[in-house]
Amino acid sequence: MAQRIEAVAGGRPAAQADFFAGMALASPIVVSVLLYGALFGALAAQAGLSPLEVALMSALVFSGAAQFVAVDLWSNPVAIGTVTLATLLVGMRHTLMGAALAPVFSHLSPLRAYGALFFMVDEAWALSVRRSAEGRFSMAFYAGVCAPLYVSWLASTVTGALLGGLVADPTRYGLDVVFTAVFIVLILGLWRGRSDLLPWGVSAAAAVACHALVPGSWYIFVGGVAGIVTAVVTWRPDHEH
Amino acid sequence: MSIDPLTLAAILAMGAVTYLTRFAGFWLVRRLTLRGRLAAALEAVPGAILISVIAPAAFATGIAESAAAAAALGVALLRGPMLLAVAASVAAVLLLRAVL
Repeated sequence: MAQRIEAVAGGRPAAQADFFAGMALASPIVVSVLLYGALFGALAAQAGLSPLEVALMSALVFSGAAQFVAVDLWSNPVAIGTVTLATLLVGMRHTLMGAALAPVFSHLSPLRAYGALFFMVDEAWALSVRRSAEGRFSMAFYAGVCAPLYVSWLASTVTGALLGGLVADPTRYGLDVVFTAVFIVLILGLWRGRSDLLPWGVSAAAAVACHALVPGSWYIFVGGVAGIVTAVVTWRPDHEH
Repeated sequence: MSIDPLTLAAILAMGAVTYLTRFAGFWLVRRLTLRGRLAAALEAVPGAILISVIAPAAFATGIAESAAAAAALGVALLRGPMLLAVAASVAAVLLLRAVL
């Protein structure tokens, strides 16, 4: 706890160590982000976006899932309503993630908290929740995770837009499984006991079913809600964690 | 290098709704005092979301992808570092894709 307070207060060595700890955890994800970013840039260029427009989109939206879907729907001239609605639907999972960050960010000023939320991508969120469960979350750690992800996404998407057809498919190097592997390690760190088993099982089943039936990334939201509802229904006052 | 005004408008709208989804849940929960069942709901969010993110990739994509997930799980269960879990997962999927 003392370490945490010091880090939040900006104690130099602790903050620096936290920043680098965040960067270290983000590094395997960066490798995958670079290839997916390049692939996105190439697809965006094919859809008619200029490298500058790609840079602007990556900087302001900063969401791989939303950007891939939007570019897939891109027409000339662009249908703003369609693209915006698709982006909103893809982003729905963020509302649940943001809710889960409320206790994690409780010690931050509103300005810092809402600023930090701009950079909340799935991976940064997952690493932060895990770090918080260990009682070691700090703003410096969050910045250490987000900075390399943001910079690598911006740089690789623009590079992809400039190089176009030269970009390779990430599945060729097996990099499509990186996110899943990272998330499995994080999930194990969230395990609290047998009472998690049923909600997690229901989430997995609902997500797989939804993924098979509904296009897009609704399965994350549907699976999430199914697990949360299960946890609420099976909750008993005597098994507080 | 150019920016089309319509494209700019679309990008700004996309950025706005994405940020909306990022802060809305946080904004709402910060205003509530959660106890009992509602607190249990919030505590269940991280696990439920993470499982949902990976479930289709891990269980319903193919044998190579399921084996890659199992490799990561094995390393994680042995408390191995994340980088090792990622490396094992990538190696497993590349190997099985080459064989199958």
